[in-house]
Amino acid sequence: MKQKFDIIESTCVPLPLENVDTDQIIPARFLKATTRDERFFGENLFRDWRFRSDGTPNPDFVLNDPRYGGEILVAGKNFGSGSSREHAAWAIAGYGFRVVISSFFADIHKNNELNNFVLPVVVSEDFLAEIFAAIAADPGARVRVDVPAQTVTLLATGRTETFELNPYKKYCLCNALDDIDYLLLQKGKIEAFEKRWSK
Amino acid sequence: MNTLFDKIWDAHLVDRVEGGPDQLYIDRLYCHEVTSPQAFDGLRARGIRCLRPEKIVCMPDHNTPTHDQDKPIADPVSRRQVDALAANAAEFGLAHFGMGDPRNGIIHVVGPEQGLSLPGMTIVCGDSHTSTHGAVGAVAFGIGTSEVEMVLASQCILQPKPKSMRIRVEGSLGKGVTAKDIALFLMKELTTSGATGYFVEYAGSAVRGLSMEGRLTLCNLSIEMGARGGFIAPDETTFAWLKGREHAPKGAEWDAAVAYWKTLRSGDDAVFDREIVFDAAAIPPMITYGTNPGMGMAVDGTVPALGDIPEQGRASFAKSLAYMDFQPGAPLLGHPVDYVFLGACTNGRIEDFRAFASIAAGRKKAPGVTAWLVPGSQAVARQIAEEGLDRVLAEAGFAIRQPGCSACLAMNDDKVPAGKYCVSTSNRNFEGRQGPGARTLLASPLTAAAAAVTGVVTDPRTLL
Repeated sequence: MKQKFDIIESTCVPLPLENVDTDQIIPARFLKATTRDERFFGENLFRDWRFRSDGTPNPDFVLNDPRYGGEILVAGKNFGSGSSREHAAWAIAGYGFRVVISSFFADIHKNNELNNFVLPVVVSEDFLAEIFAAIAADPGARVRVDVPAQTVTLLATGRTETFELNPYKKYCLCNALDDIDYLLLQKGKIEAFEKRWSK
Repeated sequence: MNTLFDKIWDAHLVDRVEGGPDQLYIDRLYCHEVTSPQAFDGLRARGIRCLRPEKIVCMPDHNTPTHDQDKPIADPVSRRQVDALAANAAEFGLAHFGMGDPRNGIIHVVGPEQGLSLPGMTIVCGDSHTSTHGAVGAVAFGIGTSEVEMVLASQCILQPKPKSMRIRVEGSLGKGVTAKDIALFLMKELTTSGATGYFVEYAGSAVRGLSMEGRLTLCNLSIEMGARGGFIAPDETTFAWLKGREHAPKGAEWDAAVAYWKTLRSGDDAVFDREIVFDAAAIPPMITYGTNPGMGMAVDGTVPALGDIPEQGRASFAKSLAYMDFQPGAPLLGHPVDYVFLGACTNGRIEDFRAFASIAAGRKKAPGVTAWLVPGSQAVARQIAEEGLDRVLAEAGFAIRQPGCSACLAMNDDKVPAGKYCVSTSNRNFEGRQGPGARTLLASPLTAAAAAVTGVVTDPRTLL
């Protein structure tokens, strides 16, 4: 959903696994929807980890652990690998996450998050381990993500890192504009390119 | 600099967004039924049409059943999605190869075989295996649904330019080693994130020596190393394969096209951000033991020991082996197999069926193995019949199904039951990929055939 970004300060949900693929984020059987109902996808976020095969909640999975909650998902290295399904980003947004912190994101999924106003924040391996440790010690540990300043801070220790975000995307996120709004204004350039290219 | 990737990308550059991504012109957009409906909804919500409908081709493949395609799809939810694609294509004036159409099949099999994917093109689709089309010498990559909407609306996409990597595989492949084994080997060496941020050019004598089918398999799996895409510079193999295909240029236009395509190669002075060389002779027939495609091993090797895994990866490794019910350090040879799947955009082409049949011929399907042999397209199915492979396979106890993505991701009825082992020629062994609880072992068509006739994991070299 298009929404403006500024400063987000929240508790976190920790998922300290590496290579979490988009088939886990949203299994293929939920991709048959023909509408973009983020609530539906959010309800099925991590479906096969979150629920047992009989449909009851799996108490061992973090989303079912009442100690954890918040707008920030913290995940292990190479988050979002595999399928290009944007449904994965819709599920993350639909569940209520606005930020995902990891030390490494798969390319397509990273773009999908940005296109759905979920901010992927890349931190160092070392800082990621520190965030996981802080949440393990205190599930109430808070993280502040300052989008204009491009900083992420673990409030418990005060450690701060800057994160990358290109100026164009930052402008889009802070002003709730998407790429299609931009491209629709470029028709003249596109037609000029086509004339050039056809030669 | 001066790489083939730079040449194609830069030639399609419409503009550079200040402080942002490149605005890239797209020559071909493919749409399938799963990742496009919300994009068409987006166009309707904005009240706009497609800028260049003639550059867009649609076909259903993910939901299509692999039997009774002449009847309506039984699953109403799948049917609604397939119908939605047909309705959207009609409303927006786009080409549509519907289920049962002689041109239908898996998008990444159909595009090249119809000559819709050509050297030098930029090609996108809401599907990560779009990298497949790189085999013809195109820059092809998977995108999300918002990006599909961008291309529908403007024939352009906003993308940061990836870095470039060249992977050379030099020398001769051993007996029983296929393009699939090269790819599984590269994933094991590089991991599933080793090429993230890069576009890969495959080169070297072993790559040059691959058929087009083999090249399509290799490029298909680029995403499984994390790469944005992978491609191979076009050469005589490419031109000979494309010539005469439905949408390939004809006559004088063909000659002009080939003259241009011959210029599509990296310069001798090309500089890549990263370059890696592998020895083809060191690549064995491969199989995966875990739940991501980088968890591969020689088919006659052993699962890694816990001590071989870096500390921070051990939790994921243990979770993976628990899911597969495999032990660290154990061999897989002789492990019982319940299902075999031949097909997918990875290995659903004619050469894959020839390879499978070469082992099945004169043997019998093992009792207790359920085998799904699914051609990648109607054209592949026709060629299987023309070459008589269907009869060879029938004698061995194997039936050919109708084309589609099928058990690669189990969006149709072809689901592997929980706990069962499937040796699969598809591209992903993620938890639940082939059905909730299904256990997938990725391998080549030869290794799949060897499992199908023996009922256990078998080194295909022993049957050749």
